[in-house]
Amino acid sequence: MFGFKHRFGRQHLPAVNGLIPLTDLANGQSGVIHSFQGGQTMEQRLNALGARQGQRITRIGGMFMRGPITVKIEKSQIAIGFGMAKHILVKVQDENFVNG
Amino acid sequence: MKILLMGNPNVGKSVLFSRLTGVQVIASNYPGSTVGYTRGQMKLGSSAAEIIDVPGTYSLDPTNDAERVAVEMLQDGNVAINIVDATNLERNLYLTLQLLERKIPVVIALNMWDDTQHLGIHLDLEKLQNLLGVPVVPTVAVSGIGIKTLVEKIPQSVSGNYPVISPDERWALVGKIVSQVQQITHRHHTWRERLADASVRPLSGMFIAFAVLAAAFALIRFLGEGLIGYVFDPLFNLLLPPLTSLSNTLGGGGLLHDILIGKMINGQIDYLQSLGLLTTAIYIEFAAVLPYVFAFYFVLGILEDTGYLPRLAVLMDTILHRLGLHGYAIIPTMLGLGCNVPAILSTRILESKRERFIAATLISIAVPCASLQAMIWGLVGKEGPQYLLIVYGTLIIVWVLMGFIINKFTKGFSPEMLTEIPPYRLPPARALAQKLWMRVKGFIVEATPIVLGSVLVVGLLYAVGVFDAIARFTAPVVTGLFGLPKEAVTAIVVGFIRKDVAMGMLAPLALTANQLVVAAVVLAMFFPCIATFVILGKELGLKDTLRATAIMIVAALSAGGLLNLILK
Repeated sequence: MFGFKHRFGRQHLPAVNGLIPLTDLANGQSGVIHSFQGGQTMEQRLNALGARQGQRITRIGGMFMRGPITVKIEKSQIAIGFGMAKHILVKVQDENFVNG
Repeated sequence: MKILLMGNPNVGKSVLFSRLTGVQVIASNYPGSTVGYTRGQMKLGSSAAEIIDVPGTYSLDPTNDAERVAVEMLQDGNVAINIVDATNLERNLYLTLQLLERKIPVVIALNMWDDTQHLGIHLDLEKLQNLLGVPVVPTVAVSGIGIKTLVEKIPQSVSGNYPVISPDERWALVGKIVSQVQQITHRHHTWRERLADASVRPLSGMFIAFAVLAAAFALIRFLGEGLIGYVFDPLFNLLLPPLTSLSNTLGGGGLLHDILIGKMINGQIDYLQSLGLLTTAIYIEFAAVLPYVFAFYFVLGILEDTGYLPRLAVLMDTILHRLGLHGYAIIPTMLGLGCNVPAILSTRILESKRERFIAATLISIAVPCASLQAMIWGLVGKEGPQYLLIVYGTLIIVWVLMGFIINKFTKGFSPEMLTEIPPYRLPPARALAQKLWMRVKGFIVEATPIVLGSVLVVGLLYAVGVFDAIARFTAPVVTGLFGLPKEAVTAIVVGFIRKDVAMGMLAPLALTANQLVVAAVVLAMFFPCIATFVILGKELGLKDTLRATAIMIVAALSAGGLLNLILK
């Protein structure tokens, strides 16, 4: 469960193609979910709540001191613990391409 | 016939259940308000059918307890009514497809239908029905729209004709269906959405939380005191003359008099001090506690049904993480301020055994129930608000400190919070009133026999001198450590049975304000009442209950002793 931290740091942190962890999204900014770096169970639970690869996700708020990140996906809002949100990679969209 | 009500969390299953069966169940606007399951009966044509309110699940891949329960129940259901949130089709249809794969006959209730209009969602019902191959009925459970049609369609339910596919294929299929039946028109943000956004951001969130909790507290106090001052106290004053004449008829003394009426204080009946069945027992339950129970559940109902609690959970997550919990644990904790029993039951919404242990232990030790709080506000509050502040401050410190320590010394780690945040809703008055009535009725039915019984037993034990023996035996702790008169042990012992009666037992002892503070804190922490204890045992198992008890004894002794030292 914890092994991927390292992997995460190596492969994805250089923000190639605008890939950033969900936690780095600014309030009000949207992106498309690129991948989950946290194991099957986490992915399943997130999927069930509507957070899936390719979905547009908008950050609504975050709490200080690494509190949960609240996001909007489709019509629903979900709160994702900071540790989990760190492992969701988001591709930030160029504002010009957003039509929504 | 067995009918299962299945659907995602917080789509209105419990409300629909009430509509179908007439059985009242507690429904709230947050995921996980149903943790166990409820059965009821309904008439279907000429025969009766059993109907089961299954806890909400997002899928049939059991990733938590609620989902495991749901999957197990699916084995012996004949028909599933799949309740789908019409405003959130995409997420809801995943479970629908899984149900159709299981070949159980399904009929779909497309609930919250009224919300789709002002959200700008247009659904093609006929197409959805054709694509899924099962009846689809639009419903608004809270106002009863579509329920009759839904019932008529139950016999027409058919099992789906879907092969079992992989999750990815299933999501793809969901996407295909949604794109064919749903159209969304653009519309502007509503004030509710703006408020919703503000309540999950740190600064505005803190401010809103502070305002909401302060308003809740003020409203509870206002309602509680108002009911006592203007309704119940005058009512009980009217009862004084007949009780006094009863006392005279009984000869003003003797065993029967002492049990029914109690001791006369300065030749008169004193509702708080006489300690008789017809005087103090009835007075405590109905005039001192009931008004606050009513006020508390009134306010809690509003908080629950508007959808504020999950937002409070987001806000509290950072703090609760330090205690080995995550934000959602604030919901059982808030319930605990009403009664610890449903609070400990609702710790089932937490994912791991470890979290449930921490949450349940903290609730049973440091969260005083409404009955006890009503008496604390009555007795300690009389001495001045600063004393109330000490009582609550101590309990909050204990709650945080204990959580911190238990978290440190319990194996494992706490999972991250992951929860849906429901939209704010204006709760329908009827639903609020119904829930309030259920809870108040529950309080009266459950508390009355225990309150009367405990006063009766205490009266008898007094008469035969048992308490004197206990008082002598426990004097070192009660007097030495807590600085209380040795008679206060009666209250502590009664605290096992009912906290409100226990607090009432302190009234005749003429304690100083500081002694009252120590006694209130000790009563709150030392052994939960018997009902809570039983539930604790059931939920945690023997070993963990013993652990919780040991923690509680150490905590209560140290907190009471320290407080006594500081205040002396």
